[in-house]
Amino acid sequence: MGSPVVVDNLTVSAGVATLVDALSFTIRPGEVLALIGESGSGKTTTALALMGYARRGCRITGGSVRIGDVDVLSLAPRQLRALRGRTVAYVAQSAAASFDPSRTILDQVVEPACLHGTLPRGEAELKAIALFRELALPEPETIGRRYPHQVSGGQLQRLMAAMALITDPDVVILDEPTTALDVTTQVEVLRAFRRVIRERQVTGVYVSHDLAVVAQMADHILVLRDGRMRELAATEPILVAPQNEYTKSLLAAARPAPRVVAAAPYTDVLLRVHGLSAGYGPRTSEGLASTMILEDIDVELKRGQSIGVIGESGSGKTTLARVVAGLLAPCAGTVEFDGRPLKPTLDHRTRDELRRIQIVFQSADTALNPSHTIERILARPLQFYKGLQGDALRARIDELLDLVKLPRNLAQRLPGGLSGGQKQRVNLARALAADPDLILCDEVTSALDTVVAAAVLDLMADLRRALGVSYLFISHDLHTVRAVCDEIVVMRHGRKLAQVARADYERGPHHPYYEELARAVPELRRGWLDELDRQRPAVAA
Amino acid sequence: MASILTSASFARSMRSAWRIRLAHFGASGWVGLAIVAFWALAAMFGPALLSRSGAAGGGAVFAPISAAHWLGTDYLGRDMLARVIEGARYTVGVAFLATLLASGVGTVLALLAAASNRWIDGGLSRTLDTLTAIPSKMFALIMVAGFGSSIPMLVMTAAIIYMPGAYRFARALAVNVNALDYVTVARTRGEGKLYVMLREILPNIAGPMLADLGLRFVYIVLLLAALSFLGLGVQPPAADWGSLVRENIGALADAGASVIVPSAAIASLTIAVNLVIDNLPGGVARERGVR
Repeated sequence: MGSPVVVDNLTVSAGVATLVDALSFTIRPGEVLALIGESGSGKTTTALALMGYARRGCRITGGSVRIGDVDVLSLAPRQLRALRGRTVAYVAQSAAASFDPSRTILDQVVEPACLHGTLPRGEAELKAIALFRELALPEPETIGRRYPHQVSGGQLQRLMAAMALITDPDVVILDEPTTALDVTTQVEVLRAFRRVIRERQVTGVYVSHDLAVVAQMADHILVLRDGRMRELAATEPILVAPQNEYTKSLLAAARPAPRVVAAAPYTDVLLRVHGLSAGYGPRTSEGLASTMILEDIDVELKRGQSIGVIGESGSGKTTLARVVAGLLAPCAGTVEFDGRPLKPTLDHRTRDELRRIQIVFQSADTALNPSHTIERILARPLQFYKGLQGDALRARIDELLDLVKLPRNLAQRLPGGLSGGQKQRVNLARALAADPDLILCDEVTSALDTVVAAAVLDLMADLRRALGVSYLFISHDLHTVRAVCDEIVVMRHGRKLAQVARADYERGPHHPYYEELARAVPELRRGWLDELDRQRPAVAA
Repeated sequence: MASILTSASFARSMRSAWRIRLAHFGASGWVGLAIVAFWALAAMFGPALLSRSGAAGGGAVFAPISAAHWLGTDYLGRDMLARVIEGARYTVGVAFLATLLASGVGTVLALLAAASNRWIDGGLSRTLDTLTAIPSKMFALIMVAGFGSSIPMLVMTAAIIYMPGAYRFARALAVNVNALDYVTVARTRGEGKLYVMLREILPNIAGPMLADLGLRFVYIVLLLAALSFLGLGVQPPAADWGSLVRENIGALADAGASVIVPSAAIASLTIAVNLVIDNLPGGVARERGVR
């Protein structure tokens, strides 16, 4: 049985900035509270403060946190250590980064129990195996003998939950535990989490930016922005009748409306991929790569059209973009662009061909050179392809910044001084600087918060309308793809399974895997996961 | 730098960039800068300002510090102050040149290796690994035996000995940067190898490479001092600081100043260089997003 958590006037500061501003809330025993908000809203900081922990450079400057009878913030360091992992346990966002790669999983899962002396090692191992079974992990008896790199991301996330639960804590903090997972994996992990939380009646704090996920997990939702509480209510009222403006915008962003680009019937084919196979590693005697990723792919993209490529990680969707971009030579098949075959590698393509196909990467953090100013990043393609100089160049840079709706004074900054959404806009602007016919978008919104992602999608739709560019839009998120694309290509294990046109999104039946993907996208209402549970009993993924 | 700007505004932006850069210097950075500047000025103008040349002997041997000889005299009765300041020319000049050569050539080769195919990369790496396998003192001995001891020869020897280390370090950094998306974007744009090397990769490995440069400078000063100590470095009557220590080693037991001063000079220069480099605000500024 969990303990009540009472937070009163919690304030966390970093220097002069206040990260969490006088936050008060109460969680009843056995209930789950969701902290929701965009990045920088202070949700993780709040969650960490519940354990009496502030990240480097931050300080808990006021208020109180009570878990059961314990006043957490008044504890000495030694008492805090006894509390953490025993009374309050934490499940971090990236399990892959949280496990020690050089030790076996079981060794690490039983560690909290041994450290706090709650169970002798032998019993702790038995309990861990029972937890593995409860969390629907495959081969619960032996999975603990593996090393972290030998299990999948979704499994590792559940193993981390087992690590948190092994000491029977009163409170569990789940910090974006499914954000880094594919939709299909996410469903399995969510089901496992919810079952153990319900059965053990622990008090939970679920940190997320995804309202649809939170709707399945939480009893109450606390909406945070800039460290202040915007709204706190039970899940149902928040979803149905939000009071706060910010909550409304979150809800609107979570249900992406289709951004229909009223277009003339697309006629001329811009990109034709035919019988494409590609892979990595040395070539075999038949001309195939030792590790084949793509096999026999056909895609046709008309000028002005936007096609979404969807699939889970490892399905080969990024490899498809790399082949089209010329970064990877195909083993077989052809890529035709505007009626002319494209050479397999960059070195053999003409500068004009390169200009007309631009690529925009997922992580704006690594897609922009951190030591170049925004002006320089945008100037380079303009100089390189068009030889613009002086005032003409400066004017064009300003135009581009206007186009992606960024203030012009940003031009002198380095990428490190921009937010994630701003970086992604610069990333788009750089592609647009080349006046391309086709932009390959590789998971462009996956690393962004819901509201920011929605704004970027709006921008992309606007640009398509205004400039007539085509997108090959790669994503694992069916919602996003549906919102911006005319057609969806479904990929799995390097093969194209189906192609669905916008008009047929709602009409079925589609390929079973498409149906599965569509079902796996969390819906913005309570009970969605329960229905799924009833339809199909949980299986070990 | 930003080639889009005209040359005048480019120079202005460079000046302001330097001003801001210096404003980030902590107290230790300023101390380091002052010491480095002192030795650089001493090497350039010091000998002209001295009232007596370091070559003029004839005083008392190992004389203590006095009004006539501010730092005492050496084993031949020559003025120690003059000897140290003249020695600065060799130590500062030779070591700086050799360090710049070693780090510069090493970095450029590393960028080439990172931006090229694996044949060039492999060839370069194995060749330089072979060079690393030769013990440095032995290599210096062979060079001196083969070509005689001269200043250009010393610079070359020190540069060749420390270049593979700089190469390995820079290559490890450059390979990581090369795998990042912005380099891929530059390639898909059709940029040449030189642009990728110098504009995309180099600025992002410059910070760690400068730290490495400081370390390498220390090593080279010490190598030159060791060579001089063995009598293979700068040849008498000229002397760098290492030679000064060796010449006056007899004073270690009693007089002191003539052996302590050149040792202290070596220490002060190497520490100062590292203080300056540690205060260069590359990485921190980039994270904050300001220049």
